[in-house]
Amino acid sequence: MKPKIKILVNDKEYQVDADQTIMHALDSLGFKIPRLCYHPKLSIEGACRVCIVEVEGIKNFVASCSYPIADNMKIRTNTKELRRARRDIVELILDNHPEDCHTCERDGICELQRLAYAMGIRKRHFQGEKKKYEKDISGEAVIRDPEKCILCGRCVRMCEELQRVNALRYAHRGFNTVVMPAYNMSFKDSVCTGCGQCINVCPTAAFVEKNYTQELFEKLNDDSIIKIAHVAPSVRAAIGEAFDIPPGKAMEGEVAAALKKLGFDYVFDTQFSADLTIMEEANEFLERVQGKGKLPMITSCSSAWMKCVEQFYPELLDNVSTCKSPMSMMGSMIKTYFAKKMKIDPKKIFSVGVMCCTAKKYEASRPELRIEDMDPTDLVVTTREVAWMIKSAGIDFCNIKPEQFDNPMGISSGAGAIFGVTGGVMEAAIRTAYELLTGETLMNIEVNDIRGFKGIREGKIIMDGKEIRVAVAHGLGNAADLLDVVKKDPNKYHFIEIMGCPGGCIGGGGQPYASSNSVPLDEEILKKRAEALYNLDRSKVIRRSHENPDVQRIYKEFLGRPLSAVSHKLLHTHYSKKEPKGIIPKHIKSR
Amino acid sequence: MVATDDNKLQELKSYMDICKEKEYPDSQLIAILHKAQALYGYLKRETMDEIAVHMNIPTAHIWGVATFYHYFNLKPVGKHIISVCLGTACYVKGAGKILDAIKRHLNIEVGETTEDKIFTLQEARCLGACGIAPVIMIDEKIYGELNEAKTIELLKKYEKIQ
Repeated sequence: MKPKIKILVNDKEYQVDADQTIMHALDSLGFKIPRLCYHPKLSIEGACRVCIVEVEGIKNFVASCSYPIADNMKIRTNTKELRRARRDIVELILDNHPEDCHTCERDGICELQRLAYAMGIRKRHFQGEKKKYEKDISGEAVIRDPEKCILCGRCVRMCEELQRVNALRYAHRGFNTVVMPAYNMSFKDSVCTGCGQCINVCPTAAFVEKNYTQELFEKLNDDSIIKIAHVAPSVRAAIGEAFDIPPGKAMEGEVAAALKKLGFDYVFDTQFSADLTIMEEANEFLERVQGKGKLPMITSCSSAWMKCVEQFYPELLDNVSTCKSPMSMMGSMIKTYFAKKMKIDPKKIFSVGVMCCTAKKYEASRPELRIEDMDPTDLVVTTREVAWMIKSAGIDFCNIKPEQFDNPMGISSGAGAIFGVTGGVMEAAIRTAYELLTGETLMNIEVNDIRGFKGIREGKIIMDGKEIRVAVAHGLGNAADLLDVVKKDPNKYHFIEIMGCPGGCIGGGGQPYASSNSVPLDEEILKKRAEALYNLDRSKVIRRSHENPDVQRIYKEFLGRPLSAVSHKLLHTHYSKKEPKGIIPKHIKSR
Repeated sequence: MVATDDNKLQELKSYMDICKEKEYPDSQLIAILHKAQALYGYLKRETMDEIAVHMNIPTAHIWGVATFYHYFNLKPVGKHIISVCLGTACYVKGAGKILDAIKRHLNIEVGETTEDKIFTLQEARCLGACGIAPVIMIDEKIYGELNEAKTIELLKKYEKIQ
């Protein structure tokens, strides 16, 4: 047990754990000091000064996020002077903020807006100089708007500490300080992987996804094309939050129904193509185990991870599975298998990925994924974008009658559902690979060793007398640690799953913003989203990808068998080394 | 010319190798940037890339440091760097007029380099020579008790040497 100390908060005595910050001690007592640059998963910056408190004996107010608690400390949290100082601090932040709230992407879901309201800014005392910068709209995934940036540094710390991509840093100084990539290069040219975690942690709209909602509305009104959507597992696990539905409710039928109401002609399930991915990937893995190809095999579903491996780990490219992601597999099947089956001109199909991910927008633009001179995916919208579209179109999502996904790519196994959680792809692959290799059904299909939210997890499965060692990492920083191990000891694992975002796709860069009573990437909320997918898995009769009847049919009617020539042409690809301008330091340390 | 650049890079790399041996190699970044600027006259993007790879420091971080300090030049500079002191003492003694005269004479703004690549014009805050204000510094040399005419004469001398 940690030693306890006595403190006085607003003249009342409390016992708290020693060795923590004032903020954490006050959190444990039910005081939530207003805060801005602080984030529980990131290092302490102490930049914004919003979280100040008064400590007896110290002349100035102290930032509670960075000041250690001490025995007999006398703290005041809500004096007149403090309230005024906090109010002034937030007002000064607003002074060189554009204040165009009513036309802003984050109107009503903005942390700065909420904070300003909570601080009681009802009239303005100061008028500051506004910053003038161009938006960087060069990237496929993320847009950077320095005018909206309040320099809290959460994006910088996220990109550096958790993702270790180090695309962002403060440049210049004082009033001219801007968060930017090296050499003020465009996002497109930088090491940005498009993971979108900067968007998740940004308190304002300084980072947002490249928004395609207007284009999509236009397409949905175009009767000359056939509009087809498919929905990633993690979208259903989180979209409810955008409608103030408590986290953890899977809204599968609701999303399908809403997309049909929006005007899509067909709504398929990306979980179906997750099953298809597993068929290909499990077979590819077995081939590699039998000596055809490099081990460990590393998964290739996560778009941010793919950009990361191309630029930071090009030597591991041969270890990466050649399977396209479920989104691109689905796009490929829509424009070939489905088009053929329905006798539709594939050039008339407009295929839309509804994804929890911003990097998928970048993936959709990749030339190496094109099939028969077509992009498998014409457009990607995130959970956030589609939630907005549903609201904007006047669809009553909270009371909508659930509908089924469409045939012939609407059925999925439980294995497809858990694709959205860290460890899920591995677990799904094991369920199928085990049976392929041994001919026996894996009875205990919930692989608990690789579940959970620890940064890196490992497990062992005995298949056909052979020990298969697997490892899972989520978040690109954890991935870096795991890959360092792999580089030192290439024989340590057979199979590795990497997802670029914290928690996996459920924590994707395109998921709904944190509500007013949580923080971005709150672990409890991630757990609930994960549970939503695990519950979907448990609720299904079919829990193994190879048992999915739609998958069996597509092989029978179209693909032949996994890793067939058709599969290779449409479902597999090869990635190549990327050298973003000037930046290739490897094993970048967090500092 | 290529050979000298190679030598410069070699010298920079040797310097970085020494820095790597120190207790906190990352905190040697400013010293390394100074060294690079001394070698090349300014911080080239390619040089910063070399430093990033050699020291294993993200380029975004190097860029942040290089843009934070005014001392670092991010563009090529002229053969001579003119720093006009705009500290309080110099300013009240007419440094503003001197600066304007130089701008007119060289036809450049502060931070720019003349077309013939001879002069780069910079501002400075107090060069510590208030007793002989107003002063300017050309490269490492201080010139004091100036006025507009004397300053132009001085520049002409430098131009003649070319």
